[in-house]
Amino acid sequence: MIRGLSRSSSRPWRRWSGPWLYLAPALVILGGLLLYPIYQLGLISLFHYTQAQVSGGEPTRFEGFGNYSALFSDGEFWSVLLATVLFAAACVASTLAVGCALAVLLTRVRAVPRLALMLAALGAWATPAVTGSTVWLFLFDPDFGPVNRILGLGDHSWTYGRFSAFFLVLLEVVWCSFPFVMVTVYAGIRAVPAEVLEAAALDGASQWRIWRSVLAPMLRPILTVVTIQSVIWDFKVFTQIYVMTGGGGIANQNLVLNVYAYQQAFASSQYSLGAAIGIVMLLILLAVTLVYLRLLRRQGEEL
Amino acid sequence: MSRSRWLPDAAALLFAVVVAFPLYWMVLSAFKPAGEIESSEPRPWTTAPSLDSFRRVFGQQDFGRYFVNSVVVAGSVVIVSALVAFLAATAVTRFRFRFRTTLLIMFLVAQMVPVEALTIPLFFQMRDFGLLNTLGSLILPHIAFSLPFAIWMLRGFVKAVPEALEEAAYIDGASRARFLWQILFPLVLPGLVATSVFSFISAWNDFLFAKSFIISDTSQSTLPMALLVFFKPDDPDWGGVMAASTVMTIPVLVFFVLVQRRLVSGLGGAVKD
Repeated sequence: MIRGLSRSSSRPWRRWSGPWLYLAPALVILGGLLLYPIYQLGLISLFHYTQAQVSGGEPTRFEGFGNYSALFSDGEFWSVLLATVLFAAACVASTLAVGCALAVLLTRVRAVPRLALMLAALGAWATPAVTGSTVWLFLFDPDFGPVNRILGLGDHSWTYGRFSAFFLVLLEVVWCSFPFVMVTVYAGIRAVPAEVLEAAALDGASQWRIWRSVLAPMLRPILTVVTIQSVIWDFKVFTQIYVMTGGGGIANQNLVLNVYAYQQAFASSQYSLGAAIGIVMLLILLAVTLVYLRLLRRQGEEL
Repeated sequence: MSRSRWLPDAAALLFAVVVAFPLYWMVLSAFKPAGEIESSEPRPWTTAPSLDSFRRVFGQQDFGRYFVNSVVVAGSVVIVSALVAFLAATAVTRFRFRFRTTLLIMFLVAQMVPVEALTIPLFFQMRDFGLLNTLGSLILPHIAFSLPFAIWMLRGFVKAVPEALEEAAYIDGASRARFLWQILFPLVLPGLVATSVFSFISAWNDFLFAKSFIISDTSQSTLPMALLVFFKPDDPDWGGVMAASTVMTIPVLVFFVLVQRRLVSGLGGAVKD
């Protein structure tokens, strides 16, 4: 009786207008500063839009898909796209491997080493991309950096070669993004009942076997989240490439899509080409997101 | 048994040292005298710590002003997006309404938008608003970009507040606004703080917008741009770069360490939901 009463009388606050009132500020901001710019981005990519149009010297001209066909017939675009995909894949794989390995390690150590590793990881996580980039560049500096001294590489330049420059950026990206994976996966492992792991250990399963056959399946939802997040972050790397390779590397050898779009738009004033590259990125990430949503749904996650 | 404990402990400590090394090197180099920084035999310690690099940093180019600008940008973004996200998260967890699931999916998808790609339309939008070369051109977009994740993460914290509390408040005659701000808000505050870390970091770290929207009025620059003053590709002033990097990193580090507990539990919640 009392339950029934309270249930029916607790709702008058919740009129139909309630949620929309609360949502209004968020929707206005997102509509104006996220949705509208996306629409504009699409629009600009369909026009001929360069410095002359920006300053009003020439009228804007509708191009249809002209910018896209220019882009797709440009060999540089395809090589940048390929580099972006490979670089992001390498970053994601390394980040996940390091993050998961250290998360497992964290569960097997005493409090003091665990705290030390946690604090160090939080420090790396908190470091702004700009400062992380400059610090790593300094560590690997051919003249004054400690790394070349320790490895006995003399004045070997890491940013000169295409692969070693990408590798250096990858190290920085992994350094600042593995903590998210480590902390999240560690929290996930802690939620796994200890008996399950003990049973596996008693049955004589090796560390690797426990990870592969017990932990990984149980942690699948968490692993999905961190994988997708990493894909999204690493696909959009901008600051690290821009700072560490001086805006795209020697002769643009280290361009990724984001930096490429920026170059086209703000260095060459080819705003519509930059916008077209932006739309390509948007579509690729949208596809990744859809895969993510399907995976979530298949795992029976409730929104 | 003792051997199997000893080995992982040592490994964890070793990894901690490796992970912390870049930060250690940054702070160390910031305090090294000029001769030791640009030395071909770098040593992992210094016998003559000096504040020269910091003096150079704060002496040059209104660095203090850039610091304040960064604080204003990050502070505004954190406060506004926390309040707006709190309201929105309450709406999607405490109400059942049409399009609720659709909205949630939209918030999720919105997190995936490559913000950097929007620099071009935002540049023109900010120009039309007359906001180019002002801090507003950095604050507004960052509020928008931090909202979807903040709403998504706050959901778990709002959900964790028992519904019974709301009913009790109603029976006691509290108004909706009173319940929202005097009961729900304080309870969700820890989650709000954890969420704010992400808004803070994205605004504090922003490099691309600062570079694109603050083009002619350098008095409106933020820290990342100031740092790059010392970072000339051919002849970087490493002491200055490291000192500026230290100044830029410390506030985030402090913020992070303060809220780390909530951060970890918050992420757990965000992931589980």
